[in-house]
Amino acid sequence: MSPARILASAKKKEIDILGICDHNSSENSLAVMKAARNTNVNVIPGMEVTSKEEVHILALFGDMESALKLQEHVYRNLPGKNDPEAFGMQVIVNEKEEVLGFNEKLLIGATTIPLEEVLQLIHRLDGVSIASHIDRESFSIIGQLGFIPDNLELDALEISPRITFEEAERRYANSYPITCSSDAHYPEDIGKGFTSFWLRDGTLTEIRKAIKNEDGRKLIH
Amino acid sequence: MKVKEIIDSLELKAFSGQKNLDVPVTGGYTSDLLSDVIANSKAGQLWVTLQTHQNIVAVAKLKDLAGIIIVNNREPDEDTLMKAEEEGVPLLGSSAMAFEVSGKLYALLTTRD
Repeated sequence: MSPARILASAKKKEIDILGICDHNSSENSLAVMKAARNTNVNVIPGMEVTSKEEVHILALFGDMESALKLQEHVYRNLPGKNDPEAFGMQVIVNEKEEVLGFNEKLLIGATTIPLEEVLQLIHRLDGVSIASHIDRESFSIIGQLGFIPDNLELDALEISPRITFEEAERRYANSYPITCSSDAHYPEDIGKGFTSFWLRDGTLTEIRKAIKNEDGRKLIH
Repeated sequence: MKVKEIIDSLELKAFSGQKNLDVPVTGGYTSDLLSDVIANSKAGQLWVTLQTHQNIVAVAKLKDLAGIIIVNNREPDEDTLMKAEEEGVPLLGSSAMAFEVSGKLYALLTTRD
């Protein structure tokens, strides 16, 4: 998943806006953003946070600085050390694909941060929060908690490519706006799932408006 | 007690890892939260869970667990099976619920020495 390979795949799949949401880390977002500078792909820095209850939440940010602020908090509340043999090497690269180092934290692990707090943190940093792959059993809010609790500061739900928007609307009864993404862990999976938006540009501000159906911006299902 | 004897006593199904059934079992750990198993399980324990995704194999390998018993008649995902074969992790199955499997396993391991 080097920046070049990611962007090549995004270009091939005609992806215009690409979120980089590594498990519990945003360290590789900037490299992809820089590598994308002379392309038509707008890269959005983010993270997939694992709450204490092992619920996965996607966080998307308007700038790298906000992503790093969440990262700092996540790192402070993420126990464990990575075992490269069990979970693979967690490499950190720059936009030229030069290896800067290895992340020693157990990124595949869970933070000690409860779900509600994860969502509050994301909003406080002006981010957008999306509950990951809710149609799947593992690490999804419904899989882990049995249901979506009331009064969550959650912006949207994400379905995996395994179900359609129609099926999602039937199952989740318009409780939250629904997005779809690939959850790609390999370059060839990029674009397997995607969301279409009606936007003025590819910034997070526009995406947030589309999710909220504001000012004519919207999700296209 | 070895994994093989427990399979026989509890009438478990063996999905994979048949070459490592001679491994001695030191105890058991019952949990469905991977972060909990990573933090609190000990080497040689048999892990009782309803999780079927491939990360369970990585966790079992990481913590040197004797094997995994998947409950409620659930079956491991395809990639979980493949990974378990690759890593030689015994993946076992029970039609019973975790409460029952844990109770019986506990009894088996504590009445013997």
